[in-house]
Amino acid sequence: MTSGQTPAVELRELTKRFGGVAANAGVNLRVKAGTIHGVIGENGAGKSTAMKLLYGMLRPDAGDILLGGTRCNWASPADAIARGIGMVHQHFMLAGPYSALDNILLGAEPVRRGVIDRPAARRKLEALAGQYGLSVDWDRPIEELPVGVQQRVEILKLLYRDARILILDEPTAVLTPQETASLFENLRKLRAEGKTILLVTHKLKDVMSFTDRVTVFRAGKVTGEVATAQTDPQELANLMVGRKVVLGLHVPPARPRPEPALEVAKLSLKGGAGSRHRLAEVSFAVRRREIVGIAGVEGNGQSELVQAILHPRESRCRTAGVVRVLGREVTSWAPRKIRELGVAVIPEDRLLEGLLPERPVRENFLLGLQRSRAFSVAGFIDSQRLSEAASVAVKEYDVRPPDLDLPAGKLSGGNQQKLIVAREFQRQPSLLIAAQPTRGVDVGAIEFIHQRIVAARDGGAGVLLVSSELDEVLTLSDRILVMYEGRVVAEFERGRVTERELGLKMGGA
Amino acid sequence: MKRIIQPVLAVAVGLIAGLAVTWGAGENPWHVFRILVKGAFGSGYDVGMTLFYATPLIFTGLSVAVAFQAGLFNIGAEGQLTLGALAAAAVGAVWPGLGSPLAPVLAGAVALAAGTAWGAIPGWLRARRGSHEVINTIMLNFVAAGLASYVALYMIKNPDSQNPETRPIGAGYGLAHFGLFGGAPVSAALPLALLAALLVWILMGRTALGFEIRAVGQSEAAARAAGIDPGRIRIIAMALAGGLAGLVGIGEVLGNSGRFILGFSPEYGFMGIAVALLGRNQPAGVVAAALLFGALHKGTAELDLETEHVTREVSLVFQALIILCVSADGVWCWMGRGERWSVGASERGAGGAGGREMRWK
Amino acid sequence: MRAGLVCAAVLAACVRPAFAEFKVALVLDRGGKDDKSFNTSAYEGATLAKKKLGVFLKYVEVADDNGFEPMLRGFAQREFDLIIGIGFSQREAIRKVSAQFPKRHFAIVDSEVTAPNVRSLMFEEHEGAYVIGAIAAMTSKTGKIGFVGGMDIPLIRRFVMGYEAGAKRINPQIKVLDNYVGVTSEAWNNPPKGKELAVSQYEAGVDIIFAGAGASGLGVFDAAEERKKFAIGVDANQDWIKPGVILTSMLKRVDEAVFAVIQEAQAGKFTGGVKRFGLGNKGVDYSFDQYNAKVLTEPVRKRADELKAEIIAGKVAVPDYYKLQKR
Repeated sequence: MTSGQTPAVELRELTKRFGGVAANAGVNLRVKAGTIHGVIGENGAGKSTAMKLLYGMLRPDAGDILLGGTRCNWASPADAIARGIGMVHQHFMLAGPYSALDNILLGAEPVRRGVIDRPAARRKLEALAGQYGLSVDWDRPIEELPVGVQQRVEILKLLYRDARILILDEPTAVLTPQETASLFENLRKLRAEGKTILLVTHKLKDVMSFTDRVTVFRAGKVTGEVATAQTDPQELANLMVGRKVVLGLHVPPARPRPEPALEVAKLSLKGGAGSRHRLAEVSFAVRRREIVGIAGVEGNGQSELVQAILHPRESRCRTAGVVRVLGREVTSWAPRKIRELGVAVIPEDRLLEGLLPERPVRENFLLGLQRSRAFSVAGFIDSQRLSEAASVAVKEYDVRPPDLDLPAGKLSGGNQQKLIVAREFQRQPSLLIAAQPTRGVDVGAIEFIHQRIVAARDGGAGVLLVSSELDEVLTLSDRILVMYEGRVVAEFERGRVTERELGLKMGGA
Repeated sequence: MKRIIQPVLAVAVGLIAGLAVTWGAGENPWHVFRILVKGAFGSGYDVGMTLFYATPLIFTGLSVAVAFQAGLFNIGAEGQLTLGALAAAAVGAVWPGLGSPLAPVLAGAVALAAGTAWGAIPGWLRARRGSHEVINTIMLNFVAAGLASYVALYMIKNPDSQNPETRPIGAGYGLAHFGLFGGAPVSAALPLALLAALLVWILMGRTALGFEIRAVGQSEAAARAAGIDPGRIRIIAMALAGGLAGLVGIGEVLGNSGRFILGFSPEYGFMGIAVALLGRNQPAGVVAAALLFGALHKGTAELDLETEHVTREVSLVFQALIILCVSADGVWCWMGRGERWSVGASERGAGGAGGREMRWK
Repeated sequence: MRAGLVCAAVLAACVRPAFAEFKVALVLDRGGKDDKSFNTSAYEGATLAKKKLGVFLKYVEVADDNGFEPMLRGFAQREFDLIIGIGFSQREAIRKVSAQFPKRHFAIVDSEVTAPNVRSLMFEEHEGAYVIGAIAAMTSKTGKIGFVGGMDIPLIRRFVMGYEAGAKRINPQIKVLDNYVGVTSEAWNNPPKGKELAVSQYEAGVDIIFAGAGASGLGVFDAAEERKKFAIGVDANQDWIKPGVILTSMLKRVDEAVFAVIQEAQAGKFTGGVKRFGLGNKGVDYSFDQYNAKVLTEPVRKRADELKAEIIAGKVAVPDYYKLQKR
């Protein structure tokens, strides 16, 4: 830090170990009062651990936390809250059926003579909302409010509790570009009012546009702290990954073949009684040698769409409509038979759906291929051939460490994803369904996985790409479909749409 | 290596704790230990009885282990073995004229089939109706007991006995006893149990089906995403588990009493849970654990005979202490550098539900 | 520590009997020596023999059906003079072991084993139950009596059949309800379930219940006390458990049978074969003592004694389930 002023927040040589592994090893972080400070790093780099230490959710093994120069020793988040720290978690801590007002009061009810003094609370909140320009419909159940507004409620909750230091964990993950812009607008106002904001993110763009300074984490350590104005995305990416990475893959345009790899017609999924359709008559086709991207804010039916394609038999996945894979109607097929047509899948949540985290890499490589002719003879697994193929693939797909006996859960996110890609590509796919293929994956692996997806396309596969990362959709897709509330609301050809337009469609405009 | 050392250590600690209890009861622990060993292995007959007790425990242990590999808790081995034994006895009582080797093979196959069916029911209920197998298997244990007493008392009861039991099976059904064991009823059921353990090992470790069973047990969502039908696998696993438990009937009915006696099982089905737990759900471990429990069962019976203060309850204390030590797995890890820690609130990063990157085990 | 070892060694030595002592082994059934009825009765008979006759006594409780044989064999190998198995579950084991050790003497309660070195001690439960049924029918005001059994097994059927026959003798129109606690051996030790069954029988109009359910019978007694009705005990004299509530108990003098066989064997007069204990030799009976004197009235007792005499004289044929089931 250049100025001699006492920082609002200071972490000094903070260390936290889980078992034998240091999640934070001597972390130093200084945040000046009245600034927006970016905290950036890959998954597992230690940024969230550092924030949890600051917020009192974890206790450090060594090192100090200082607020305004005073050493603090939290026993729990309650202590941190009392000292003016607030945190908006990535997954909001809201009680769905309650109104926005009640959610804010929950746990901090203003009591007068044993009765909750709602009018007083409301007056205070309305004043706060006016002051920061955070308008909220106080009386609607929180679950009916858009995600962006829910986030506003979370922020107001902190302000109501007089937080001076706000920690926001991945606040833009669930927002449309418009909502993101509005969020940062609000954060600027808060900064102007003297609040200190820590913005935890992995998005370089967020950091570049909205922060004053940035601290970069890698492998439990701080690898750099820079003023945002004096850096660029490339430098930050290098600091995050620890080597030089290529940002911005160039994808040559597709030369699609006329025959479709995947067609869905009027695919629907009814929600529970009274609720809206989770999929409403979705129809589209993906041709061979083409990447079709599905853009949309999370929770608008993308996951349901993938499930409906892969498990069309199950009534909880599909209530109406037809699925055709490689020209054959598979609506009533068993999932395994569908996959055996040459369908590769990169599932949305790799630890839940893609891997057996406690089992070794070798077995994970076999998952789904256990009945394929390549690895099994008359129901018996040919372990020799499995080992050979797995070691070749692990090398080819650069899964590190290349240890077939390591439990898959011990690999880093990027290497887990590369393992899944390696496995799925064993099928020589004619159709690839990639859901959030680079979520939680380090920058280096993103580049690699993107290249593989494009290579699959050029090898003749039709690719359905589902992603909530706009950049990813824009870079890779030959066509883009936008999903909103269970329907396809727009379609664009490559290069014919701006991020702004896409954002508007994603928001339902 | 740790996989072997830990249970052995747990057994040792449990044994020492058990001996300490006998010491507290006024016996010399070394003397008690010697009686235990002598009671279990002192003569051919003693070894035979140990093996005889171990045999059904191998079957039920395997039964629980196979279900467990599929992520299911089979509390129903008791009912499955009851039905298997009943079926074998019924075949032998209804067609007493059949000769060897057809007769025992047929009775054995029927026992297997009965157990399989009885296991498949809760598997099906879980897979297709979503009702929990723990509840269903417990219920089916009662149904099996009721069915068995009805059959034994009303349909094919033994008119020559006051015992609640079925008519004796035909002579052609009986399995010979190995001469090695001084008259202890060690029959072909023992090699059959070892063969079953071997087959389970091959199934779980070497076949696609075994892999699918384990995959479903590890993560239903991942198995499903890989095109495996978890419901189907669960039904198969429970049917297998039931069949294994049903085979208990071979040793008991064909190899020992020659009839179905109501309540013949000293809860082999429930002891199978402990055996599977101690054996880490691995076939070889199950065999070892079953032998240990068989030896304990036989050895502690001898204690009752030889000492003044120690009764059959000590057998239960021993077994309970050992199980306690084995299931205190976490404690062992905690003592050994606390490696098994995993981060409860995982770090979630990039673009949403990134996953649990920080997992240390 | 060393002192402990010495002590233990001394203790171990104490356990060993002197050379010429007459050694008796008692192998109890699953219920164990504290079941307050069958096994307790056997244990008391043997303990009495130990006190009065000075025999050496060792008893064990066995947990499972397959455990009897090793125990019996263990005793035979250790040269016990008389080995007594309590309960019909030991039949096969006694049969086998007695054949292997022809020089040892065995006795079994409740089952017949034909061998020269085995004494079978059989009780004519149906005779006792007949008298009990008559007593119940005479005392009942509702014309409905009940029976709560442990499991539906032949032995218990024998009770029910005699009970019903005795009741019908007094009142041909009487209704007899029977229920059973369970289908596994747990049934003998489940008082809550026994109570539940008893309550529902009382609600159905029954005013006397004969409990033939081991320890589950304690639940029947509870129910009787709560509902102010009568219950009837079994095997041992259970009148004292709830005085005034328990009308009487059907005694099965296992203790006397056990004592008698020990006495004879010690005197060198052991013989094989079946020894039956019925009303005639007071092997089965109904109880009358200070605990039920107020409820078991004089006329009822008189009539019961008349029936007893008729049975002993062979004037009444009490139906025996064991004989019927062989047909």
